[in-house]
Amino acid sequence: MLITISQLIIGSVDLLAAFLLMFGLWRMASPVTAPSGILLAGIGMLAAILASFLYVFNVDAAAKPHLPLNVALAAAALLLGVGVAWWSGRKVAITAMPQAVALFNGMGGGAAAAIAAVELVGPGTKGTPELCVTLLGALIGSISLSGSIIAWAKLDELLKKPLHIPGLQIFNGAVLLLALVVGGYIVFVTAAHATPILPSLDLVEVFFGISLLYGVLMTLPIGGADMPVVISVYNAFTGLAVALEGYVLQNPALMIAGMLVGAAGLLLTLLMAKGMNRSVAKILFASFGPGAKRKQGAIKGSLKPVQASDAGIFMRYAKSVIICPGYGLAVSQGQGKLYDLVKLLQAAGVDVKFAIHPVAGRMPGQMDVLLAEAGVPYDLIVQLADVNEDFKTTDVALVIGANDTVNPEARTDKTSPIYGMPILNADQAKKCYCVKRGEGKGYAGIVNPLFYADDTFMVYGDAAAVCVAMAEAVRGLGSAAAAA
Amino acid sequence: MNFQIEIGGLIAIYIFMVTAFAGWVIIGRVPAILHTPLMSGSNFVHGIVVVGGIFTLLNASTPIEQAIGFVAVLLGAGNVAGGFAVTQRMLAMFKTSGHAIAHHTRQRKHPKAAAAGAVKRMSPKKT
Repeated sequence: MLITISQLIIGSVDLLAAFLLMFGLWRMASPVTAPSGILLAGIGMLAAILASFLYVFNVDAAAKPHLPLNVALAAAALLLGVGVAWWSGRKVAITAMPQAVALFNGMGGGAAAAIAAVELVGPGTKGTPELCVTLLGALIGSISLSGSIIAWAKLDELLKKPLHIPGLQIFNGAVLLLALVVGGYIVFVTAAHATPILPSLDLVEVFFGISLLYGVLMTLPIGGADMPVVISVYNAFTGLAVALEGYVLQNPALMIAGMLVGAAGLLLTLLMAKGMNRSVAKILFASFGPGAKRKQGAIKGSLKPVQASDAGIFMRYAKSVIICPGYGLAVSQGQGKLYDLVKLLQAAGVDVKFAIHPVAGRMPGQMDVLLAEAGVPYDLIVQLADVNEDFKTTDVALVIGANDTVNPEARTDKTSPIYGMPILNADQAKKCYCVKRGEGKGYAGIVNPLFYADDTFMVYGDAAAVCVAMAEAVRGLGSAAAAA
Repeated sequence: MNFQIEIGGLIAIYIFMVTAFAGWVIIGRVPAILHTPLMSGSNFVHGIVVVGGIFTLLNASTPIEQAIGFVAVLLGAGNVAGGFAVTQRMLAMFKTSGHAIAHHTRQRKHPKAAAAGAVKRMSPKKT
């Protein structure tokens, strides 16, 4: 009786949770409804987690004696995990969002892989199809775990250079093949009741070891500029792994939620790849290879530094300004100061807008979030496709902390590693100011001819400090005009 | 009655197909400006894996199963809590021009409501 009631409650709560998770994402279609959407999804999730403790009424006979300890362990793990992640999720800087998402995503992949591991080491009476699904979920979850950790390290700049080893892709392919072979061997041994060459526990360990290794090797060669795609791919991977383990555990809520995310990740991945005009396969399996060895002598012109105040004054008397923000702006936390400058320019009658590259920043839409944080209203933010024609008729393009996304080489130089990527046509504006910390290269590690163009002037300095200096210069003009 | 859920292989494929299709449609509606919160939001959604982790841990019968199950719940819980905290924080920041207008109307309405309340409070005194 108790078993039936608990099954009924779990079943209905999970059904409600699955609905609320889908409905929550549905409400993400507009920034107005999105906050209530995530709240509804959160309520569904909380209910599902609490209801899952009702499984105590229906555990395997073998687990019965361990039940008190298991419940205590589950509660402890839950509280510990929620506590630490909640605290760090509240504390993390908005600029560090991509790293945080990568890390939390890796955790999900790890959890799916761990569930698969328990299924594999446990006394399995599973059929061959279930075993195959478990192993596939384990493989994908493990790749997502180790890959997300590497992505996190890269985004956090703990790992700076993409790894370029000739033949690495072939080696990676061999590693993946090996994982599949070991997985196939596990299936064969179980199905045929054969004696494995290794104890089956060791075999499972080897399988997980190879899968985790593949995740690391797959992510290491991928450059920072491709990170939006990578995070998105691993998001889809984790979703898929969760869906597969959901099938193994016979839990439809896991299947639905996991597959939903799998589809979401796939769609976002394709959108990102389209934004870079590269195929997903090229991003994942063909890194920015010989780029460093290319001849760089072709660049004409010189870098022409100007003072921030001069640039500010020039913009004050321009008719129109398009701002191209990039990751450098996020690093210096200059969004608010930039918006102060924009408000001054607008007060002086200058037409100002923000042009957002689809992969500006380290995550799809990251720049939109940062500008929202600074209080910039939507109608000033324009996406690449809608703004690129306007550069020709614009007086000033102000490039702040962006580099690869405004590199005209992507249009013209077929040998460039970023050739074919849609860029913001900042070079077509009548005048271009580029705010940069120094003469360094962008994340792709290539020289940007825009900085050497005749109409381009460099403003060196921290983006936030430069915005303050520009705003002061504009403000000084205002009071001078008022005095005169 | 029996409420044991049993999903055969074929039914699983049906569920996956319909859900993938629904996911594609749902996510396709999300504007580019919300892609970061969407990503962390969908990240939060697959955090439901923690439910599977709890199920697995409760059914663990050996120390190694308990240890791995503990890790599963720990990681899943981190995924859920972190994903939610981050998404909710980001979405709260989005002040669209529409949002700003709504805020203003609320503010405008507020003194009126206060005035109405004041009238109500005062009216008994008058009579």
